[in-house]
Amino acid sequence: MPETVLAEGAAQTVEPMQKRTGLFGGRIPLARLRDLALVPAIVVIAIVGQIVNPVFLQADNLINVLQTMSEMALLVLAQTMILIVKKMDLSLESTMGLAPGVAAWLVVPAGAGHGLGLLPGAWAIPITLAVGALVGVINSLLIIRFGLNGFIVTLGMLIVLRGILTGISGGQTFFQLPQSMLYTGTAEWFGMPASIWICLALFAVAIVVLGWTSFGRSLYAIGGNVDAAKAAGIRTDRVLWIVIVTGSVLAALAGLMLSGRLASVASAQGNGYIFTVFAAAVIGGISLNGGKGTMFGAFCGILLLFMIQNVLTLAGVPAQWIGALNGLIILVALAISRITGGKVQE
Amino acid sequence: MSDGERTVTPAPAPADDGRALAAPPVVEATGIVKRFGPTVALNGARITIRPGETHALVGRNGAGKSTLVSVLTGLHAPDEGTVTFGGGPAPRLSDRDAWRQRVACVYQKSTIIPTLTVAENLFLNRHHHGRGRLISWTGVRRRAQELLSTWSVEVDPQSPAGELSVEQRQFVEIARALSFGARFIILDEPTAQLDAAAINRLFDRIRDLQRQGVTFLFISHHLQEVYEICDMVTVFRDAAHIVTAPVADLPRAELVAAMTGEAATDRRQERVGSLDHSTAPALAVHALGSDDLYTDVTFQVGAGEIVGLAGAAASGRTEVAETVVGLRAAATGDLEIAGHRPRPGSVPAALAAGAGFVPQDRHHQGFVPDMSIADNATLSVPKRLGRNGFLSRDRRDQLAGRMIENLAIKTPGPELPVSALSGGNQQKVVMARALADDPRLLVLINPTAGVDVRSKEFLLGKVEETAASGTGVLIASDELDDLRMCDRVLVMFQGRVTTETARGWHDHDLVAAMEGVDLDA
Repeated sequence: MPETVLAEGAAQTVEPMQKRTGLFGGRIPLARLRDLALVPAIVVIAIVGQIVNPVFLQADNLINVLQTMSEMALLVLAQTMILIVKKMDLSLESTMGLAPGVAAWLVVPAGAGHGLGLLPGAWAIPITLAVGALVGVINSLLIIRFGLNGFIVTLGMLIVLRGILTGISGGQTFFQLPQSMLYTGTAEWFGMPASIWICLALFAVAIVVLGWTSFGRSLYAIGGNVDAAKAAGIRTDRVLWIVIVTGSVLAALAGLMLSGRLASVASAQGNGYIFTVFAAAVIGGISLNGGKGTMFGAFCGILLLFMIQNVLTLAGVPAQWIGALNGLIILVALAISRITGGKVQE
Repeated sequence: MSDGERTVTPAPAPADDGRALAAPPVVEATGIVKRFGPTVALNGARITIRPGETHALVGRNGAGKSTLVSVLTGLHAPDEGTVTFGGGPAPRLSDRDAWRQRVACVYQKSTIIPTLTVAENLFLNRHHHGRGRLISWTGVRRRAQELLSTWSVEVDPQSPAGELSVEQRQFVEIARALSFGARFIILDEPTAQLDAAAINRLFDRIRDLQRQGVTFLFISHHLQEVYEICDMVTVFRDAAHIVTAPVADLPRAELVAAMTGEAATDRRQERVGSLDHSTAPALAVHALGSDDLYTDVTFQVGAGEIVGLAGAAASGRTEVAETVVGLRAAATGDLEIAGHRPRPGSVPAALAAGAGFVPQDRHHQGFVPDMSIADNATLSVPKRLGRNGFLSRDRRDQLAGRMIENLAIKTPGPELPVSALSGGNQQKVVMARALADDPRLLVLINPTAGVDVRSKEFLLGKVEETAASGTGVLIASDELDDLRMCDRVLVMFQGRVTTETARGWHDHDLVAAMEGVDLDA
């Protein structure tokens, strides 16, 4: 029987089984290590950033990076869950705009822009989240209940929701948002913006749920082989409903945080985000074929993208070139994760 | 989601009284009628399976075996008739847990989730929960380890299930079934994708479990397996029960007769060799080698000759055949197809040189399931369908029509998607494509895997016919029936050609050579 002494000093006997792949005599399987594949890249970027501009590693700058990424990170979280069950939701970026847009429309006093002023300001947050849930319900209904193709359904929803927001706002931006809507984007808890706390807390919850609960594992089972999941007694449709609706609610929350930070709801809020969201998820090791990847990996993916953008800004790259570089970064990051991840991306 | 943990059934109790005739049957189905639209899949079918026996269910494709399995496992409710388990009525269809405690089925199609670990697959949706309702992964691993060692399945519970071999996957599925408390297991063509050695290990496992009181329903196209492993056999034909008898009381010829409804000749006629020395050999392979897979493989296939390439799963036979048709490139050696030297590792070059090819796994490499028979059959010969890159539908349908006729594919027309055909007819489509361009060399890998008796006879007859017209044929297979008509059989063992025998070999000699055993020693 092979004896393996762990680095921590705890002596553990390993069952007399075949060879194990992984560190510490198989205590940490290789699959787990792949989740950490982006950590070296993040460290490298941090070092490069520090060399480029010593401001980079200062607390203010790091908080700035985390805050600007917090809203999109929530979309990544939502999309990651949805990708793991082998679905896609393109409409998240429109939900992110429409949900706070509807709230602002109903709450912002008449006379200021296109506001109707029908409801008191306290209603803003419940309305935002309810609109998110409603969008999720419609998506689920079309995809799960009626069996339509998820990609096309959410593509249609993306366009419809964006159009509704443009319609109710007259293509303009809502200002004079009520205090409740500004709160999540402006408040500070324990010296850090609330949106960072919310983002980190939700990721922590998601990591635990996906890794350590039956519900979370059923997401992987459904994405990996839906028939086998059904055969194992998982109520697959119900899980899919929960995932898609939760995803839309998270998108609404992300929209609320963004509106709060910018103190406005632009009719183009969230426009074009979904591409970066997909890129971050794939860079973070989420398979578009479902059943693979972890929340931690997805978080690393979005963090890496925003750190690189920040380094570029600090290096004084002209703003006109940032767009082209962003696309290039995504391609390079994908290539890096292909090399460190080792497997062909599907 | 989950209702927490359920106990894993501990080590099995010895079945001392399990075989007593007084005990109620493990499962009894009577008068089962099942219709799918206008098709009657089962018409008054019945089966009775007694405790501790291994019961074979045989029948040609479309006889109703799969439908019976789905009724016995609670996937479909029968339109008429009753199913009882151990004398008690079958549970409601929605009560999956109750079904799983009574019966489990290892399907041809895997019900394992490839992206998850073996341990998680075993305890999917019934994870071991530790404190705070969170899953305890050490607990899950430990129980998986216990379960696997209880049934002596040697698989690392932490390895991803996608990395398991077919054989290991089946053992894991059996162990999972047993852990639900089921002591009646249906094996649906378990040997279709296994090589001879793995089949033997599977049979050892079945006998082992049988001694521990597990009852099996065994579905197979291979009659010799039925004789080897089963006690009772039930034959279905045309959606109805034909006969149930102890295996020992039913000779092979009678069994085949019951399946086909007509007296079948037991052994095909010895064919007359059609080797043509006057033209260049269809295939000449010299000192072919590829890293770990095979080394120094040299042989020729003459025009009109049928050569078998036998060997166990990892012997390299499949790899050599795939190299010949350009699916792989050899590291060393030469390869000539009908006098041409195709670019190594290029399928188009091999096809242009005159090769036709039936790949190993038809589902994987053989056809595009949702495309029509016509499209699939003509996939490799676009230049015969029209000029300048435009396809002529008429010409395609004409060509496909001839193929359908030529290979007796049972279909209402060439526009039917291949996925709607039975296994035997699907394989005929693949064969039709291989023959579409009148190849000089026909390469077949496991050409009759998962194909019913009659289609098998037909396909092999077609091969002989093709050889008689002057085509060289290379059959890479470990199926003795495929190899029986070969003029010569080359046996590969661990990547080398070890034995060459002319026609007229004895089964046990060839099997011994494939397993690397010397019978004379």
